[in-house]
Amino acid sequence: MSDRTKFPLRIVGALAGVLLLLAAPLSLESFWLQTGLFAMAAVIGAVGLTLLVGVTGQLSLGHAFFVAVGAYGYAFLAGSSDGDVVGVGLPPAVATVGAVVLAGVAGALFSPIAGRLRGIYLGLASLGLVFAGQHILQNATAVTGGFNGRDAAPFRLFDFSFTATDPELIIFNVPYGALERLWYLGLLLVAVAVWYARNLLRGRPGRALVGVRDSEAAAAVMGVNVRRYKAAAFTVSSAYAGLAGVLLALAFGRIVPESFGFLLSVDLLAMIIIGGLGSIGGAAAGAVFVIALPLVLNHYSDALPFLAQPGEAGIGAAEAARLLYGAAILAVLLYLPGGLAQLTHRISAKESRHEQTTAGNGDSTSPHVDRV
Amino acid sequence: MNQFFTLLVNGLSLGCIDALIALGFVIVFKATRVVNFAYGSLLLLGAYVVGSTHESLGFAGAALLGVAVTAVLAVLLGVVLLRRARLADPGTLAILTLGIDILLATELTRRIGTDLLTTGDPWGADVVSLAGIQVPQTRVAAAVVAVVLVTGFLAVVKFTDWGIALRASAEKPATAALMGIRLSRVAASAWALAGALAATAALFFTAFPSPGISGTVGQAALAAAVPAAVLGGLDSTTGALVGGLAVGVTATFAAGYQDQLAFLGRGFGTVAPYVVMLLVLLARPSGLFGSKEIARV
Repeated sequence: MSDRTKFPLRIVGALAGVLLLLAAPLSLESFWLQTGLFAMAAVIGAVGLTLLVGVTGQLSLGHAFFVAVGAYGYAFLAGSSDGDVVGVGLPPAVATVGAVVLAGVAGALFSPIAGRLRGIYLGLASLGLVFAGQHILQNATAVTGGFNGRDAAPFRLFDFSFTATDPELIIFNVPYGALERLWYLGLLLVAVAVWYARNLLRGRPGRALVGVRDSEAAAAVMGVNVRRYKAAAFTVSSAYAGLAGVLLALAFGRIVPESFGFLLSVDLLAMIIIGGLGSIGGAAAGAVFVIALPLVLNHYSDALPFLAQPGEAGIGAAEAARLLYGAAILAVLLYLPGGLAQLTHRISAKESRHEQTTAGNGDSTSPHVDRV
Repeated sequence: MNQFFTLLVNGLSLGCIDALIALGFVIVFKATRVVNFAYGSLLLLGAYVVGSTHESLGFAGAALLGVAVTAVLAVLLGVVLLRRARLADPGTLAILTLGIDILLATELTRRIGTDLLTTGDPWGADVVSLAGIQVPQTRVAAAVVAVVLVTGFLAVVKFTDWGIALRASAEKPATAALMGIRLSRVAASAWALAGALAATAALFFTAFPSPGISGTVGQAALAAAVPAAVLGGLDSTTGALVGGLAVGVTATFAAGYQDQLAFLGRGFGTVAPYVVMLLVLLARPSGLFGSKEIARV
């Protein structure tokens, strides 16, 4: 906070952003609300992953597994036993906490491996989790519903149900259905996730994690218990993935194993790379970009003349989105190694130079962008 | 007992293909420290070239063209990546190759579409019977080719100047460079070799009893290469061979005995190699033959 003149401006901007987000369900159609919910789930997952990969330097390609644990954990704990699937039938709020804990425990169970392996070996080993997870999701049909998946019970807080009815809710002539209500739940969860991650980074554990990333030996000499911190980072990160899974399950309504494959792991990694490793805001921006790109291209494929319609030859919306997204990864890594976060830092650094302040990038939330 | 030997022979022959795939993956890592996630797409490219040209060129011509095209593209990728290689850490480079993989796989899958291309290989669906053990002819051919290629490769690494250069630059890049070894050339040749191996493996990977060339071949190949390379040790060519054979045998046995293994669920064959990989990593964090990191905390 080097310059006092910009400070109130920033607060005003943030407030306006929050107000816009809060008012969004009043005017957005359901497609945008749905996209927004997926993006929120992705933001939570990406923030968790950047804590692990960007801050602690532990590569994980296995986060799709932990997202699946969260999603199916919620469906199992909140669902009731009917037909082929079993469920515990807990209140959804309790089930959410349970699912997050479950994902955290799954991460902790993996930490004997995670703590021993370094760098690329860890990344490749965690890839094993995704394949093992797919196998379990397909076969543990009593809990997961197998190939066809299972329904996730709608969220409910005391007497307030996150569905179209019960109680009916109309604000400014806009009927508040499931998506509108979930929107606020998603915003709340994102806010909590970002707030917790920022606090974690600012405090003693955050410094220790950065130390582990930069040099395990040096961190150990400084009194950091390297193995314990690695395990803790893995656990927290998987709990984040679990929370993302819960929100994803609520947004989907019905979850199938296909959504939790290797591609989801790659997507999550791409989000934090595009956003800038180790940066929380960057992870959030990357998540919105990666999630929204294919959905938006698909939605407007009629209007975009260069896209082929389904059944035609040429590049369709889904393919164009994937090509753009692959190109974005390459472009960021080759030309903007600090990701989107670096871009904003560059701009603010230029401004402060312009204003002849001496504090430099003192307001930088992520001192580690130089690393990639 | 007969089933046991049938599975063992089939598993070993599948393992030969897996070993070829893993070898290409490992060579690149050994020479450049890049984990090449685009490897599956390179293999898919080789398969696609063969599948789309074998009608006009014949199998042998198409195979040669596939190997050449894939090797050239692999070198191009390697050169682009190497510009950055000295600055970035392995994790970042791995993600860079993931980006390339997405581009390549999307375009190839789009071109292949819903067709199921075949390699047009001369062996077809014939099966050889040896002392009551039945093995598809393609697998016999795969085993022969793999043994010849691998023996040749090991001999080259052991006896030629290029082999010494490869080993030296894997051991200590800086010292090797001071000794007059051109690291960029070693790296480029490693990428070329990896591309050629990928395309060769593609010939057998997509032949009978596999259904043919579809967009998912690349992912399947990568899914076989990773456990093989990792459990053998990422920077060990011996490890790749042992790992490949182990993965082939494990997958075949898990699939063959799936009635007895029913409690582990259906389709356990695809996961079994990963389970083995995780168990090996628990005991040996750098794989069976991988060089250990010395830093201990």
